[in-house]
Amino acid sequence: MKDVREALMVGRNSEGKLVRRPLSPHLQVYKPQISSATSIFHRITGVALSGGTILLVAWLVAAASGDGAFSVVQAIFASWIGQLVLFGFTLALFYHFCNGIRHLSWDAGKGFELPDMHRSGRLVIGAAIILTVAFWAVAYIVG
Amino acid sequence: MSKDTSPSVHIMRSPLGRARGLGAAKHGAAHWWAERVTSVALLPLSLYFVVSVLILKGADHAAMAAYMAEPWNAVLFLLLIGTMFSHILMGLQVVIEDYVREEGKRLALLLVVKGGVWFLALAAAVSVLKLAFS
Repeated sequence: MKDVREALMVGRNSEGKLVRRPLSPHLQVYKPQISSATSIFHRITGVALSGGTILLVAWLVAAASGDGAFSVVQAIFASWIGQLVLFGFTLALFYHFCNGIRHLSWDAGKGFELPDMHRSGRLVIGAAIILTVAFWAVAYIVG
Repeated sequence: MSKDTSPSVHIMRSPLGRARGLGAAKHGAAHWWAERVTSVALLPLSLYFVVSVLILKGADHAAMAAYMAEPWNAVLFLLLIGTMFSHILMGLQVVIEDYVREEGKRLALLLVVKGGVWFLALAAAVSVLKLAFS
């Protein structure tokens, strides 16, 4: 091992033996797959939902401030741009919810086989879309 | 590659030197575990939140105040706020530590995010409490 950069490619396995690490895929030339796509979308939706909590806080603070502030916030949420943002929020929420269950089942050691993982990935995407559509159907038909 | 492919590193650094500054051992799982505990708690709480949003869609101030004056709703909202913001704090910390390489920048961003998340969490909780007790 002559090149000093090669030292970065060396790690220890669980038995303490020195091994050459596998190289991470270069994302620019790596074909997107359901495994990598669902993974990065879990992070993206997580960060987006974190930012989206500002909407929840604005809603609650306005309600605590009084009638005037609350009706302004409710009117903004009811406007088309408000509804569009809230639509994105619900889609992100239901995706993170469903894929979170998938992650928890992996943490329990279940569903690691490649066909199972691909199936659960498609299931998560489908369930998130169905739940989002159902939410907005209820919001517009019942409410 | 040469014929001998077994990896080895020749660095003039003792094992002690390599381990120093990395924190105490055997505490690594606490953060990971807390993230899972909050995520499990958030499954029912976020469904409750979604139903609440549907109930309160287009509500006027009186309806919102009456909803939060109900003790169960105030308690469930406070639980949601506490669990959700601690989950957010842990999640954002992992994301920042993964993507922000430079130490000063990383520390600064972590502190800003921590402060911002606490600010939002307290603003939400105090608002719910005010509605619950007024």
